[in-house]
Amino acid sequence: MTQPVLKQYTPVQFSRIYALGAARGDLTVTNDDIAGPIDSSDEWIRQRTGIITRRRASSNRSLMDMAVEASNEAIKAAGIDPAEIGAVLFSTITHPHQTPSAAALLADKIGANPAPAFDISAACAGYCYGIAQADALVRSGMAKYVLVVGGEKLSDFIDPTDRTISFLLGDGAGAAIVGPSETPGISPTVWGSDGSHWDAVGMTASLLELRDGTASWPTLRQEGLTVFKWAVWEMVKVAKQALEVAGVTADDLSAIVTHQANIRIIDELAKQLAVPEHVVVARDIIVTGNTSAASVPLAMHQLLKDGAVKSGGLALEIGFGAGLAFGAQVVVLP
Amino acid sequence: MALSQSEVLAGLAEIVNDETGIATEAVQLDKSFTDDLDIDSISMMTIVVNAEDKFGVKIPDEEVKNLITVGDAVNFITAAQG
Repeated sequence: MTQPVLKQYTPVQFSRIYALGAARGDLTVTNDDIAGPIDSSDEWIRQRTGIITRRRASSNRSLMDMAVEASNEAIKAAGIDPAEIGAVLFSTITHPHQTPSAAALLADKIGANPAPAFDISAACAGYCYGIAQADALVRSGMAKYVLVVGGEKLSDFIDPTDRTISFLLGDGAGAAIVGPSETPGISPTVWGSDGSHWDAVGMTASLLELRDGTASWPTLRQEGLTVFKWAVWEMVKVAKQALEVAGVTADDLSAIVTHQANIRIIDELAKQLAVPEHVVVARDIIVTGNTSAASVPLAMHQLLKDGAVKSGGLALEIGFGAGLAFGAQVVVLP
Repeated sequence: MALSQSEVLAGLAEIVNDETGIATEAVQLDKSFTDDLDIDSISMMTIVVNAEDKFGVKIPDEEVKNLITVGDAVNFITAAQG
């Protein structure tokens, strides 16, 4: 008896981002609004972070509300039927349930049920991790279209008296539809992690400590200088590698969209990369704040909306954060 | 060959000037980075990384808080060149 030959997925050659969607917190929070509990000032915060306002969501605007809004915009702009979405990837660290996933609920809410759906926990690198996986799913033939969402309601996990990170943080969601393409639209991804710095950014306590009464509500905190050093000088290497594996140079780019962590990190990264003048450097952090997994798609969406970059240009996107985790790729702007 | 203290000071002053715009002649051994030169912690970290590159030394993150004056940094770098 001859054993039948297994069928496998039929790959497609290329993938690209079809469209983006964006949703931000409904509240515009100024530096003066938050400076009191950290004994700070508008000037101090602007000088150290570049942030003038951050967008936060009020109590009746949930992480899921923002994710649905951003996803629906991306689906509509991509001109696809949500029933054709073959996977939903939701990068977040602020979904308030250990299980089930945010992605499964999102898939149902946007009409992609019964698509496979799962969350990605890679913090500020999460969106770039998602694009890497979407690219692989599409090119392998496992999914025709993939919805990638980076979304956070970080304001649920902040301590107003924390001077390390809380005052930077905002809320929002960015979405992308990835699908098959006749030309290359997503470069190989340079991604990785460094768990030897697992403690450098994260939560003040675990849920078990909360249960046992040995800690209060866990909030975000970081070792700012260690993270700054890593985010600039290690990420410069990652960014250069990403350009190299993509077969392009900084000169070929229309934009660099980094995780919007802090304007000082963004500016120093741009300086170290010797970014040519014609390349737009995304600085959405000034008005949106640091929205972790949402920051790269929100910043790219804004550049396109403002007409600062054109569809078809190349953008280097790079996410980095808790884990430590990082991911970078060059994409053709949708 | 290891650089002398004055050579390290001159090199460090260039790094400080590049990061902050402070005149190189204002960067003197007895000046405090924070109180006299008004350099914040993020700029300090940038200066440290550039100094590591320039002088071929390693300045651990936990050591940075002990570098109060320009002299502290110059002495640390001079000794670390070993």
